Amino acid sequence: MSEQGQPLEVSLAVDLCGIKLDNPILAASGPFGYGHEYRELTGFKDLGGIIVKGVSLEPWEGNPPPRVAETASGMLNAVGLQNPGLKSFLEDHLPSLRGAGPRLLVNLVGCTVEEYAGVAAGLEGAEGIDGLELNISCPNVKAGGIAFGTDPQATGRVVSAVRQETKLPLLVKLSPNVTDIGAIARAAEEAGADGISLINTISGMIIDTAQKKPLLGNAFGGLSGPAIMPVALKMVWQVAEAVKIPVLGMGGIVSAGDTLQFIMAGARAVALGTGLFYEPDLPSQLKAGLLEYMDKEGLRTLSEIEGVARGPKKF
Amino acid sequence: MLPRPFSIYKADPLTGELVLLIEIKGRGTALLAGSSPADKIELLGPLGSGFPTPPAGSLLVAGGAGIAPLVFLASSTEVPQTLLYCARTAGLFACPRRDLDMPGLSIVEATDDGSRGEKGTAAAVLSRRIEGAGAVFACGPRPMLAAVKEICRQAGVKAWLSLEERMACGIGACVGCVVATTGGYKRVCRDGPVFPAEEVILK
Repeated sequence: MSEQGQPLEVSLAVDLCGIKLDNPILAASGPFGYGHEYRELTGFKDLGGIIVKGVSLEPWEGNPPPRVAETASGMLNAVGLQNPGLKSFLEDHLPSLRGAGPRLLVNLVGCTVEEYAGVAAGLEGAEGIDGLELNISCPNVKAGGIAFGTDPQATGRVVSAVRQETKLPLLVKLSPNVTDIGAIARAAEEAGADGISLINTISGMIIDTAQKKPLLGNAFGGLSGPAIMPVALKMVWQVAEAVKIPVLGMGGIVSAGDTLQFIMAGARAVALGTGLFYEPDLPSQLKAGLLEYMDKEGLRTLSEIEGVARGPKKF
Repeated sequence: MLPRPFSIYKADPLTGELVLLIEIKGRGTALLAGSSPADKIELLGPLGSGFPTPPAGSLLVAGGAGIAPLVFLASSTEVPQTLLYCARTAGLFACPRRDLDMPGLSIVEATDDGSRGEKGTAAAVLSRRIEGAGAVFACGPRPMLAAVKEICRQAGVKAWLSLEERMACGIGACVGCVVATTGGYKRVCRDGPVFPAEEVILK
């Protein structure tokens, strides 16, 4: 009860750098494609937001198969950002996603600063987009991608260029394949990012001993799933310490308990990837689990526990 | 763990019984094979697109565990068709003969080493019978499918191939299970697993 004696509603809603989410659970960019297939299978009602698969200026073919392989408590993928390009995204995918329910974020990819800026410019003003996620962390494309995300100066350059082209809330998705993730996050913040999302996959590989060669067509891939969660959690913690902007956490989440860990490390919201492959209905399970926890703990909002495991903020 | 993709071996809409034929290849298939009658298993399906109904005089070419979808296909029609059931060696015939006892279906067995049925690879056995075939429907290892595709192209016989690939989502979202085709990469889980042979590029 509030001071006025009115019952205060328990709410899962969060504000992720200006993007108002009904709940803190998003579909991560990549595994979810453009959402059409999961919409058919489970609907969107339990998702606070969707981050659609990386969109580049021109269509990208992606890597040769095999593109996926299961590993201990996770999987490797080397899809290589196959996507139909900006024009097709706007014409063939965006219209059916407008007003679908969850907030819509578009993941941006490119090989050059100009390409990234070009995608942002092309999306600017398109109805139905609530935010952008700048992907400077894909380990599966040779040019660009991760090359920007492993160097603070390059991060600053690409974030600045995109910032100039868009008024939308801009998240920057970081790679875990770096020495000092805090420095990269600060560079993104200083260049105008509104939020940080992390982690992308961890670079890895698997060898087919029968064929005596790498199993994946691209040789190297990105590791995801529960195997990477402790790494992701630590990096979310470090980034939450390093920047003032909100953090979207991801990496191996498969339960409400995992989600709570990310929030307690400092994440405002979380995204699901590999977990959706294990359990397409995961968002509804997480929502139920979070509400149960809030009820048990007497919480009205999740902001009450954001970063709580870190203690008081340093700045 | 990730879900595993399987073909349907038998399905009876009256009894609600669904039968899968599973070759134990790794951890997932071993776990499935070790499950007990009371265990609950999650199943998502049917997914993707299957074979069209075979015309009379069709040849169904099965390589090893590739027999599974062809048994289901054979049960969809009573027109005369021939199943070429091929394997490397006699020990690899997983499918009980009684399951192949269907109206209109003749069976030819073959092994690479001659330990059961005709001696010869699936390609060799198909080559001997391709002339005048209504159409060809095949499932098996990738090299076998590549050979089937080439034999059918040369003979001018329409062929349909059911492909296997490592999958993650199973519904077409993650584009993890693609195959190269004349129209770019296509998703085995959703655009397939059955493709017209002339469409796919098999190495």
